[in-house]
Amino acid sequence: MSADATARGLGPGFWLPAAWIVIVLAAATTAGGLPIANPDRIHWEAMAAPPGTAANNVDSTESGGDHSSPGTFWLGTDAMGRDILSRLVYGARVSLAVGLVAPLIGIFAGGFLGCIAGYYRGHIESIVVALMDIVLAFPGLILLLAISFYVGANLTTLILSLGLLTIPAFCRVARGHTLVLAEQAFIDAARLAGAGDMAILFREIIPNIIIPMAVYGLMVAAFLIMAEGALSFLGLSVPAPTPSWGAMIAEGKEFLEATPHISLIPAGLMFVTVVSFNLAGDSIRSVVERRESQL
Amino acid sequence: MEYPIGRRATVQAVCGVSFGIQKGETLGLVGESGCGKTTLARAIVNLQPVSSGWIDYNGQRLTGGRRQGGGAPTGIQMIFQDATASLNPSRSVGKTIAEPLRIDGKTDRRTRYRLAAEMMRDVGLEPATMFGRRPFEFSGGQCQRISIARALITSPRMLICDEPVSSLDVSVQAQILNLLRRIKSRYGLTMLFISHDLSVVKNVSDHVAVMYMGALCEIAPAARFYQSPLHPYAAALLAAVPDPDPDGSMDPVPRIFFDDPDPTPGSTGCRYQPRCRHARPRCAARRPALRQMTGDRQVACHFPLHSSSAPDECA
Amino acid sequence: MKHPAPILTIDHLFVRLPARQGMVRAVDGISLKLMPGKALGLVGESGCGKSMLGRAIMGLLPKHAHVSEHSEIFFRNRALHRMTGKQVRKIIGKEMAMIFQNPMSSLNPVMKIGRQITESLNHHLAIKKKDARDRVVQLLRAVGIGAPTQRLGQYPHQLSGGLCQRVAIAIALSCDPALLIADEPTTALDVTVQAEILDLLNAHQKKTQMAMILISHDLSVVAGRTDETAVMYAGQIVEHAPTAVLFQNARMPYTRALLDAIPRLSDTAHADLKSIAGNPPDLVDTAPGCRFSPRCPAARTKCKTKAPPFTHINGTRYGYACWYPLESHGAWPMPSCTAAGGQ
Repeated sequence: MSADATARGLGPGFWLPAAWIVIVLAAATTAGGLPIANPDRIHWEAMAAPPGTAANNVDSTESGGDHSSPGTFWLGTDAMGRDILSRLVYGARVSLAVGLVAPLIGIFAGGFLGCIAGYYRGHIESIVVALMDIVLAFPGLILLLAISFYVGANLTTLILSLGLLTIPAFCRVARGHTLVLAEQAFIDAARLAGAGDMAILFREIIPNIIIPMAVYGLMVAAFLIMAEGALSFLGLSVPAPTPSWGAMIAEGKEFLEATPHISLIPAGLMFVTVVSFNLAGDSIRSVVERRESQL
Repeated sequence: MEYPIGRRATVQAVCGVSFGIQKGETLGLVGESGCGKTTLARAIVNLQPVSSGWIDYNGQRLTGGRRQGGGAPTGIQMIFQDATASLNPSRSVGKTIAEPLRIDGKTDRRTRYRLAAEMMRDVGLEPATMFGRRPFEFSGGQCQRISIARALITSPRMLICDEPVSSLDVSVQAQILNLLRRIKSRYGLTMLFISHDLSVVKNVSDHVAVMYMGALCEIAPAARFYQSPLHPYAAALLAAVPDPDPDGSMDPVPRIFFDDPDPTPGSTGCRYQPRCRHARPRCAARRPALRQMTGDRQVACHFPLHSSSAPDECA
Repeated sequence: MKHPAPILTIDHLFVRLPARQGMVRAVDGISLKLMPGKALGLVGESGCGKSMLGRAIMGLLPKHAHVSEHSEIFFRNRALHRMTGKQVRKIIGKEMAMIFQNPMSSLNPVMKIGRQITESLNHHLAIKKKDARDRVVQLLRAVGIGAPTQRLGQYPHQLSGGLCQRVAIAIALSCDPALLIADEPTTALDVTVQAEILDLLNAHQKKTQMAMILISHDLSVVAGRTDETAVMYAGQIVEHAPTAVLFQNARMPYTRALLDAIPRLSDTAHADLKSIAGNPPDLVDTAPGCRFSPRCPAARTKCKTKAPPFTHINGTRYGYACWYPLESHGAWPMPSCTAAGGQ
């Protein structure tokens, strides 16, 4: 009943961005099976080709077994003659992995700590808040530099360290909501029915903070996709030749004047994706707010 | 049953309150906001720690040696003023009503839902269309019905109602009061009915207790209380009830007026004395204790009104 | 003096508010006249549009509210509905003032109360700060605040709800408004404080011949304190009568039902209260016919199909909207000022 009502309220402001995210996600996960070129393959004859350039048959020098070359470089090639479309699709894996998995770490770890702090208050809250202040005060870039120096930059460490850095923000959101919810009469009612602390946390409080946490998670996802781009410029993202959107923008920056499409196409894609995450989050939030204001 | 309660913390919300409720009767507890009536109710159902004193229920001691939490004492349930807020917004109302049974763990899901649906019908809701809906789809009055159903599903013997109708419209208020009266006789409940509205309390109560700043000032059988309140504060409360039947000319009732009743912490006198129109030197010097009067009444006043047992030239 | 000009005339006021389900008809065709120096009680259940009516007069409707083009509101013969926001703001606070249900939220929490009142005086009457102080002390004393000079330097959170409401009233009365709209001024307060505040408003209203609209969900609040009462149901006025007449001789079944639902001190204990079955109607998809008919015990077929017009009694402003009004017992007395003043 209420699910219907919520769905009716979402409208195209949610469904268009959501559809875009799904398309990008689907392309990234099924990249291996798509009829696109090998993202690492260098087309010496077509370096920095503009979008729509037809691929000629020079690729016969390459042995088979690889992906077949496309008839056309729909989005052109980069400075090293690699197919941009194919690199975008493979690069989406990195961007989405960072954008979607890192916030999950924050949601679970930060959400848990925030709920505990907001529910139990007292010493537990002081400790959690202090811990979060330490993480917040720790310079994120230095952490990433240190990790890439000692452990080596790879996707896993990137996700883990970015995830760690989002914990305080999620912790704050969860604690704020828990503080409000814990004062509500329905918590008293649950206690009267004999529910223990854990039951109250998991059955009364957490179901009510899932949606605000998810909305916030979408915003953080958008932010992290951008952050990955910025880190690529510093060489702190995934190492070459693994494609990522950020790395592609960075690689094209030297050729901006002559062949701007090398940077601008991935930048445009990142822009649309980031905007989609933000729009989707905003429209969920406005529906929830409208529903609450009708009480 | 007798409930002497003293709660001592940084703020003394309720101090040295003693009273009893007979089985099957309704005690109306009246007082202004912040007088401690809600704290008292929460202490009974174990939502508020009691620093001293004891509460007995059915010959069984409720206070002392118990840790916080663990739910309401068996047989006692409570409904709240803001019924909408007392329902988990993300849970369907049917499940909300069944939740106490789930926690109890003695019934399977199908039995629980069947009992919850029966209970919904009992409080005037239609389970077929309403069971799966969320609280925000209901009006305040319907939410209060839902919370009554949830309180009743564990078959309590005693129901504490904390301002159950104060946030409702008159027409809905009447529905809920009628419902409470009906379920009371149907389930043989004992009730503690907390309200600031004396005309609502009159409708439901057998006995009336008036609280002022954490202490009781009068307890009496309802009929005698409404006929002639003994405590000046109780009389002022009664006089302040707006009259819905103006007889053309309304004679100006003497109102109590006091800027802000600051309870002077060190004061040993009567708490009401700064606002009292009948205050005399003795009231400022000594705090009156609750004492027995004729006609099964108790009052905490040196100079009760309408009383033959104590001299009172003001009355 | 036989026909003084009304201070406030509302003609065919429609206010709609967009909601998810569609347009909510918050105020649905209200026409009303208020004479100078009179107190009007506006009564109805929550969601009946009474607060929206008050806000529409004050130009305080939410930004997304739609007011119909044919709606007219005249205040002292000036067309409020044609004024710009700037012109209306010149009148609000000076000639027209409002007090709200929650005094805490209508006062600025970070400003001392003395300054809040001074600002109002300063803004509307161009009184200098120095002269204003004496007037502020005078105002606070007039609303029954015991030690005004001490209170001037305090912040709203240091005062009780009742005192805050007194301060809000002092601000509202600071420029001697010709019309005061009190929207549930005592709902958030204790009974004893409620009586004091109502008496205060009543006394001031009688003393200064100010017109007042007292909005409340509680009929007993307007009883004895207003000259006339209008009962609202589902965005419409369903009965309008001199207060004393309304309470003794309600013609509209809804008014009767509301009156019967009030628990009274004079009732016997444990008596069954007469409640009104059902809930107020949906204001988005309004059914044809009388809006009260689904809950009305006396409804007949005509009530379900055709909306009853507002029937004026003897050509007066008073009347009711009902096809089958309750019997009138006795002659319909003409309005006489029966409200008693407090001290």
